[in-house]
Amino acid sequence: MKLALRELRRQPGRFVTATVILTLIASLLMLLGGLLDGLLSGATSAVLAQKGELVVYSSTAEDSFQRSRITTDTSATIAAVDGVSDVGGIGVVQLGARVPGNDDRDLLDVVLFGYELPPEGVAAAPPTGQAYADATLEAQGVEKGMTLLLGQARTPVEVIGFVDGLQYSGQGTLWADATTWRGALNANRPGAGVGDGVFQSLVVELDPGTDPAAAASAIDAATDDSTSTLTVVDAANAIGGVEQQRSTFNQIIGVTVIIAIVVVGLFFALLTVERTAMYGVLKAVGARSRTLFGGVVLQAVIVTLIASFIGGSLALALDLAVPPGSIPFTLTPARLITSVVLLLLAAVIGCAFSLRRVLRIDPATAIGSGT
Amino acid sequence: MTPTSEPTSGSGSTGSAAVAEPPALQLSDVRKTYRMGDEEVVALDHATLTLAADEMVALIGPSGSGKTTLCSIAGGLLSASSGTVVVAGQDITGYQSKQLSEFRRDTVGFVFQAVNLVPFLTARENLLVVDELGRRRGKPARERADQLLEELGLADRAKNMPNQLSGGQRQRVAIGRALMNEPKLVLFDEPTSALDSKLGDQVMELIRSEMKARGTAAVIVTHDERITHYADRTVHISDGVLDA
Repeated sequence: MKLALRELRRQPGRFVTATVILTLIASLLMLLGGLLDGLLSGATSAVLAQKGELVVYSSTAEDSFQRSRITTDTSATIAAVDGVSDVGGIGVVQLGARVPGNDDRDLLDVVLFGYELPPEGVAAAPPTGQAYADATLEAQGVEKGMTLLLGQARTPVEVIGFVDGLQYSGQGTLWADATTWRGALNANRPGAGVGDGVFQSLVVELDPGTDPAAAASAIDAATDDSTSTLTVVDAANAIGGVEQQRSTFNQIIGVTVIIAIVVVGLFFALLTVERTAMYGVLKAVGARSRTLFGGVVLQAVIVTLIASFIGGSLALALDLAVPPGSIPFTLTPARLITSVVLLLLAAVIGCAFSLRRVLRIDPATAIGSGT
Repeated sequence: MTPTSEPTSGSGSTGSAAVAEPPALQLSDVRKTYRMGDEEVVALDHATLTLAADEMVALIGPSGSGKTTLCSIAGGLLSASSGTVVVAGQDITGYQSKQLSEFRRDTVGFVFQAVNLVPFLTARENLLVVDELGRRRGKPARERADQLLEELGLADRAKNMPNQLSGGQRQRVAIGRALMNEPKLVLFDEPTSALDSKLGDQVMELIRSEMKARGTAAVIVTHDERITHYADRTVHISDGVLDA
């Protein structure tokens, strides 16, 4: 191992090419991961922020807010199920908002939520006609105190403050009371209007220690299967496009990891070929194949760690430089660590291409190598 | 000196109570064959050779005569197809790869024709690599490396890289590496082929004085008749057959 470390220190030029390529791959992995996490956050954070454990839709709604309707009777039935501590209605309508000072045709896409149980980071429902706005809307010119006009009916909603990290389907959100939401929905989507007390969905809080899966089954049984109850995570994943985005990006990430394996494999296989004579001599003086191969793996791991550090720094710099709301990019510690782990695995697997070569180097070739 | 495969000098004995060291090398009826398609090629044919514990033998033969094969078998780099190979009392005939690695590390030293120092290690580190690959004696190994460099006239070159050393200096580092683990037998493969005659003589004198000072046996593979006088005896090999 000392031999491998010394070679890295004293002949760093031999490893520059692999380091540069792996840095690019590391940056790409982390950028892809950050984009995926940003897109997913933009699509699902409003749902994931719900404090409850479960989300209830009507069974015919295919787990969609817009197609779902929960009546007061159903809500009461669910509230009475064992293990349920509280229920709160929630509704959604997607509209274009006119922002004061902007052109009438320059509409801002917003999602207006009407809620009973406040999600993380949001206070109790404000008075009718007022709403909290997601911070991404602030980045798009919305200010506290501004009155936005929603939809063709120009339903007025006054912005009274901002909240962080609450987006839905890639759009900024407004959080208002049920009356404000119903008013905007009924005025702008008369075909999809709801009556008093009706919500599109229910957020369910459970008693501590209650199994969410069991509670979900109990709820659907109590409503004679007129509801479809999901965990909050499943409800987030059911949002249109989320699974497709995740699948697409994970495939791209997978291909990138495979490229990393090939790069490491080819580079260190080439190095091993170059070192054949030296390995032959070292084997002749008593080095074991596993010592030599261990050195190869160690070098691959160190080169990969250096590349990951540089790539991660570049990704972090981008995360800091990107203005909020401009690009859906979120770099989390979990994503950084996952990317580094994937690269290290790729490095170790890539080295396997060199193992056979190292094993096959015949120490007898060290003798007579000048003839 | 009459060519013979038998030792002409044994290890020195200081009295009837002294136990004679076993021969450094005993090859008994060793044969090495290779398959080339349908043909069997005989690289070494019924070779029998004994070296005393402190004897230097020059093994002379043309290219392809089998001298490198014999050297490789004696040094545990190749296994014989038949016959027995005993080095310093250790029968390595049936050794597997791992045992041969340990044997080469602990019992045998090699000085290769192409020298083959590790290019990114200093002269001192090239000696210590043997310790790092093996049992890691640490401080005793460092002291031995320094002592060897001193004896080989390289103390002031200890921190130089191979590309900063002359051909003769590199050869001396290689000799030091071969002696690091106090081997019973050192195998020299064409030690002077890359050197001019004056430098070659210097290196051969150094080899002889180092081997004799340590009482270490040596086999010097060469095709150069001019250096044979440095050895205790000369053995000729041709077409895989040792001269009787």
